[in-house]
Amino acid sequence: MRIELRKAPFEPLVELERHQRMSTGLAGRCGATAIFIGTMRDFNDGDAVQGMVLEYYPGMTEKYLRRIVETASREWPLLEVLVVHRVGELRSSDPIVLVAVWAEHRAPAFSACRSIMEELKSKAPFWKRETTAAGSRWVEHNTPG
Amino acid sequence: MTVRVRYFASLCDRLGRAEDRLDAADGLTVAGVWAALHREMPLPPNALAAVNMEYAGLEHEVRDGDEVAFFPPVTGG
Repeated sequence: MRIELRKAPFEPLVELERHQRMSTGLAGRCGATAIFIGTMRDFNDGDAVQGMVLEYYPGMTEKYLRRIVETASREWPLLEVLVVHRVGELRSSDPIVLVAVWAEHRAPAFSACRSIMEELKSKAPFWKRETTAAGSRWVEHNTPG
Repeated sequence: MTVRVRYFASLCDRLGRAEDRLDAADGLTVAGVWAALHREMPLPPNALAAVNMEYAGLEHEVRDGDEVAFFPPVTGG
């Protein structure tokens, strides 16, 4: 399991390839990899969005991400999990989050990936402040899915 | 008892500061911590609270040395 917060832009597919290569227990056992990549849009609530800042609660955010992954690992038979989440200043098209789940079969991989993402959205302490032509504003709620 | 009180995101902006220190009598709840510090501003109804980096209800009793945090609904991912 690896969970990371990143202050600088990251390349999800590079992270994925690197983590898979380093996770030596996967070769020959892993039959399914499910991936979610969340990316910053340049529009929200009908307005053009120029930039975004992601604030977090150092300590609590990492704790909850870890707990969310541990809970999923108890519920489904998983081989490996990788979560990378951006914080700080983002630009349009920057990747925000990567969730990757390796399992023997697709059902636990798909289910755990979805569950980790939904739990992250509803419990992990992150807050988005977006910049529009009219100034900056806090995003008040996440989209339902 | 003394507790450290932290604010995040829009709540931090509205209050104009990221944290307070509260010296109070024992037995205060999370709601009581907010009320003791912000007489003129009720806690926004959708605000969340945490004690020592665990989500906590407003009736959770706070102890000496705790870190209490108040913040709006989370919007990560």
